Amino acid sequence: MVLKLVKILIFPGFSFLAIYGMFLEYLDRKIYARIQNRMGPPWYQPLADFLKLLGKEIIIPADSNKKMFKILPIVSLAAVASAFVYIPVFGNTSSAFFEGDLIIVLYLMTITTICMFLAGWYSRGVYATIGSVRTLTQMFAYEVPLFMALLAPALIAKTWSITGMTAFYEEHPRYILINIPALFVALISGQGKLERAPFDSPEAETEIVSGVFVEYSGRLLAFFKLSVDCELVLVASLISAIFLPIMTDIAVLDFVIYLLKTIGILIIFSLMRSIMARFRIDQVVKICWRYLTPIATVQIIINLLIRGLLTL
Amino acid sequence: MEKVDENKERAENKENEENKESKQNRETSERNRIVIPIGPQHPSLKEPSSFIITLEGEKVVDAVIGVGYVHRGIEKACESRTYIQNLYLIERVCGICSHTHSTAFCQGIEELAGITIPRRAAYIRVIVAELERLHSHLLWLGVAAHEIGFDTLFMYSWRDREKVLDVLAEICGNRVNYGINTIGGVRRDIDSEMMQDTLKMADYLEGQLKYYLDLVMTDKVLSARLVGIGKLSREDALKFGVVGPVARAAGIMDDIRIIEPYAAYDEIPVNPVTDTHADVFGRTVVRIKEMLESLEIIRYSVKNIPDGDIAVKAPRRIPAGEVISRTEAPRGENIHYIRSNGTDMPDRVRIRAPSQANWQGMRHMLQGQYLADIPITIAAIDPCYSCTDRAIVVNSESGTEIMDWQGLRQYSIEWYKKRGIDVSLVKMPERKFYA
Repeated sequence: MVLKLVKILIFPGFSFLAIYGMFLEYLDRKIYARIQNRMGPPWYQPLADFLKLLGKEIIIPADSNKKMFKILPIVSLAAVASAFVYIPVFGNTSSAFFEGDLIIVLYLMTITTICMFLAGWYSRGVYATIGSVRTLTQMFAYEVPLFMALLAPALIAKTWSITGMTAFYEEHPRYILINIPALFVALISGQGKLERAPFDSPEAETEIVSGVFVEYSGRLLAFFKLSVDCELVLVASLISAIFLPIMTDIAVLDFVIYLLKTIGILIIFSLMRSIMARFRIDQVVKICWRYLTPIATVQIIINLLIRGLLTL
Repeated sequence: MEKVDENKERAENKENEENKESKQNRETSERNRIVIPIGPQHPSLKEPSSFIITLEGEKVVDAVIGVGYVHRGIEKACESRTYIQNLYLIERVCGICSHTHSTAFCQGIEELAGITIPRRAAYIRVIVAELERLHSHLLWLGVAAHEIGFDTLFMYSWRDREKVLDVLAEICGNRVNYGINTIGGVRRDIDSEMMQDTLKMADYLEGQLKYYLDLVMTDKVLSARLVGIGKLSREDALKFGVVGPVARAAGIMDDIRIIEPYAAYDEIPVNPVTDTHADVFGRTVVRIKEMLESLEIIRYSVKNIPDGDIAVKAPRRIPAGEVISRTEAPRGENIHYIRSNGTDMPDRVRIRAPSQANWQGMRHMLQGQYLADIPITIAAIDPCYSCTDRAIVVNSESGTEIMDWQGLRQYSIEWYKKRGIDVSLVKMPERKFYA
């Protein structure tokens, strides 16, 4: 019981998630800056930003729904933290697992996006409202290809549990190669899920200031920013656990491999962010439905056929 | 006055719409409309300006443009200062294209006074003008890239802009507001070391600019955000009287350097740069190609600069008369009108900065666009608000009126009085105003 609590709250649970989220944010900003020929921030910058925001005054708009306005950042952070429990980090099993936890993780991931939508909606600002509508529009765009891509490998593994999938692919490492198109789709729609450039129109600074977060300040903003950082870790870990299940049976070595995999995925995310201009929201929808969803559908069909062949 | 016309036009449009749509339809579509303010303070605006955008979903239905937040009364202030003092004031009309304003002003006075400046001075004016065009366009490229969320290009182009600013600082002693023009020539000579540095910078920049041109021409994401945005066809461009890269992107060659050569442009070959896209993409291409052309002009002038004096003595009192002086600013045609009454102060100075001409087509360009394209559409005319702002009261309770200097002062005194500050007690120094 105590061990479980330690696992969920400290390592590899919430505390690790927050620290690693800040580290990945630093790495992301540093890579982005170096590509742009800038110096970039020092290593403690995300932590300093967080601590500074904690001490700042909270201003709540008079028109807003105050209860929701205050609760949403916490709910968002809690959803990410709960989802992270089901992802194997230290060793090849996660802190908690059951048949179907992959679906739960996908649901919890959606909650953070819904929280952002509600946060913008209840702030009642013009920019926030437009940002929240865009957040929702974008969710409808990326969610289908992202979910299809993440569920496709599960079809071959015949299990809806992330830990179970890892175990299956550990036994049959050659099947990893089949899922490469789905990995491609997951990386791009994952960028959309994280609302990073080129899919950052929900919080486009030059258009709608910062979208849903525009009315947020102080501690509430700090928690939202932290939940965005944690979401980055969650998506990177999920992609690495599902598509790159490279495992040894030594827990510490597995942990090092996990770090390398997530950092590698982050580098791809950062490159994507720095080499492209921002898409308009209608272009995002077009890309997701015209290109990503068909690829993911083909992947699902292929995986179903392979699954059929395996049972023969 | 233009804004009054716009109001009328808007009212007419509204009437037409009312006739077309049934009442019920209008009500539902109006209920779906939201009005969002962009500005006076907004991250996409570099200077204060207000755009009241009416949206239906993400589409712009109407845009009301309000400029005038940084009006400084420079034209009026010029009338109570000597010509030499005005030189420094005129230089500060715009922070980016300060040289073109002072060139236009000096040229006008030189024409009134009947002075011909030495050829070497004319060449130095050309070199500084082209360096200014380079840094202004590079700045624009960065701002435009930032508006569409492409921060890497933003950082790259501003990094390259620093090289131009370094050369400008070496030649003029300043990064902006160069202070190199004087009535009758220029104030600083250019030596061989400066020329070498300028050529070195030109070689570096040429490679970079060709890369940017290639990037804009081939990058799919960039063209998705630039092509077809902010359309202003050739006919509309002529109707609204836009100038500079906005007009040239619509295929109208209005380069003053070619049409009416000033300074040393009569000797220097300038190739016209035009495009037929008539949108933001065309304006981007025109500006990058213009920079490459500027590099050629700089190379030619550095190689062919004649020896000799850099300035001739100008009289303190300028003979009575009036003059219109035109220059090609980075943003387009820049017009200065100067009227002299024979004293050492001008009787009237009127500046028509290029942005003022380009604003007129803005509402037309914004209509039917997506909200996401508004920043880049606004940025594409490379607006310079402080050049443009005039003090005209529109839609006040008493109707539209143009305020004069005294009226403005009276208005400001009352404005402060309402807030409990009485500035009428402050003694103003005696000043002579020309009617």
